[in-house]
Amino acid sequence: MNKNNMIEAEAISKRYGETQALDRVDLEVAAGTILSVLGPNGAGKTTGVRILTTLTKPDSGRAWVAGHDVVAEAAAVRRKIGVTGQDATLDDALTGRQNLVMVGELSRLRRAEAKRRAVELLGLFELEDAADRIVKGYSGGMRRRLDLAASLVMRPPVLFLDEPTTGLDPTSRRRMWTMIRELVTDGATLWLTTQYLDEADALADRIAVIDHGRLIAQGTPLELKAAIGSQLLEVTLASPHAGAAEAIEALASGSVHITGGGLRLRAPVASEHGLVISALRALDEIGAQVDDIVVHRPSLDDVFATLTGVAPSPDQDEETEGVAA
Amino acid sequence: MTEMIATPAELDTATALERVRSWFTDVRVMTWRNVLHIRREPMQLSDVTIQPVLFTLLFIYIFGTAMVVRGGGSYKDFALAGLLMMNLTTSAVGTAIGLSSDLATGVINRLRTLPMSPTAILFGRSFSDLLAAIICSSFVVLTGLAVGWRPDAGAASIAAGFGLALLFSYALTWAMACLGLLAASPESAQGIVMLFMFPLAFVSNVFAATQGMPAWLATIANWNPVSAVTSACRSLFGNPNPSSTIHTWPMQHSVMASLVWSVVILVVSVTAAGHLYRHRTNS
Ligand SMILES: Nc1ncnc2c1ncn2[C@@H]1O[C@H](COP(=O)(O)OP(=O)(O)O)[C@@H](O)[C@H]1O
Ligand SMILES: [Mg+2]
Repeated sequence: MNKNNMIEAEAISKRYGETQALDRVDLEVAAGTILSVLGPNGAGKTTGVRILTTLTKPDSGRAWVAGHDVVAEAAAVRRKIGVTGQDATLDDALTGRQNLVMVGELSRLRRAEAKRRAVELLGLFELEDAADRIVKGYSGGMRRRLDLAASLVMRPPVLFLDEPTTGLDPTSRRRMWTMIRELVTDGATLWLTTQYLDEADALADRIAVIDHGRLIAQGTPLELKAAIGSQLLEVTLASPHAGAAEAIEALASGSVHITGGGLRLRAPVASEHGLVISALRALDEIGAQVDDIVVHRPSLDDVFATLTGVAPSPDQDEETEGVAA
Repeated sequence: MTEMIATPAELDTATALERVRSWFTDVRVMTWRNVLHIRREPMQLSDVTIQPVLFTLLFIYIFGTAMVVRGGGSYKDFALAGLLMMNLTTSAVGTAIGLSSDLATGVINRLRTLPMSPTAILFGRSFSDLLAAIICSSFVVLTGLAVGWRPDAGAASIAAGFGLALLFSYALTWAMACLGLLAASPESAQGIVMLFMFPLAFVSNVFAATQGMPAWLATIANWNPVSAVTSACRSLFGNPNPSSTIHTWPMQHSVMASLVWSVVILVVSVTAAGHLYRHRTNS
């Protein structure tokens, strides 16, 4: 175990019946940094968070948070962590303020201190107006903010946020990002899971990509982008052409992905002059009609598509437009 | 950064006294939180306020007019202890449903990542339900007094009767907690609990003397813990108690039987609830 790591997982595995939710995952997070665990639905993100936050025991492997073993020293770990689960962990029948005071007192703050901290957090998360309303009536964004506030009550040095922006509208999402960034400037170490590539790109120091319980890649956002080749060639055809993939493959440094019913082709390429011209020429020779052709640095979407072998879904493309590209 | 990483010594700095104090804080906070729930849930609130009043009036005015108490005495005086026990027994259902709801919602995940004592979740539940039981008893007693129930015993004896009823109700709460921990969902908790609750509350001497029942049913009813507590309350309140003439050990020694039942149920259920909770949250 490395002393500079606030979070460290060593070959943790977890199985639910036939599903291998996590498969020998190794990860570490240096103090004061953000690790974003990126993966599609069912990848094992929540399972990882549950193991590290002492809610679930791993079948095998070990993990440490703030220097404490998550199984053997669960109580010590709980004194160091804040957790915002994927599903709201608030008490619907209590007001926002009552929720925070409850969490404060159960986190070993004195009653007066818990009340003071609640006021402070309600202000910080712009919830003063709703403070004495019952949580049941809160909007999705307000719930997420209160949930995040609840995990910050005792100023934990290590924070786990499980898909903190899933289901939020774009404005609430940006607001959440700002708050998350502020947490790290305060010195906290963050484990942030997300399905959004732009979110990982915007917030994380390092990204770990998981799929079907396995860690398939990790590194800084830049490293990950570099990992799949320096450039990406994307061709859109006017109509599908059987020989198009072969024509492009000759120029590519990796395999060609075909989507859109044979209309869209993409392939990693080495950066060199005249590439677009060569591609156009090759396609023209076989009689394929080209609508559009571009070469760009791969976005995280592309990284993900290459690593998991699944093309990004159209709505993900929209989500990340202009940010990840 | 390294100063944030605890040394093993730091783990032992909490003294035993501090740990006990923290435990009481946790239990107080959880109790308070559950009381807020009862206050805000119309169903739960009516279970311990309106329902006891309605049941008391219903039984005294509808059944009371047609009932003759075996061995003499007024039905009102006979009925009150039975109504008290029936209401306390049926309101314990709330424990199972409440606990299983807590386990079904995300709240439990928050609580389990806090440095609180896990047993405070169970104890908090039992104390808030004891509070509910006290409120429930008060409504039964006030309604009873309003329609003419009169105890005929010293204050200490009457208080002992209520104490016994509440002790049993508290023990029952823990048994209900076990059922709540066993149930997969709040809905199935309700189903399971009803299955236990109805025979417990009704195959007893709560509404009628067991002497009139078929022999096999009377035997069950006489050994039913609810009968023992009801019988003990009747004699401690100085009210008519036909069960006192039955030659079955719990009916002859109803106070002792009530205490034994309560302690046995309490010890078994508290132990079982601890195991079940650990099992349930140890996936
Ligand atoms: N308690 C559970 N019982 C059975 N299967 C589970 C359980 N928790 C998670 N899984 C399964 O494990 C896999 C990983 O789940 P999860 O960690 O929740 O993924 P993610 O958070 O990335 O969406 C999924 O296939 C999921 O269905
Ligand atoms: Mg998840």
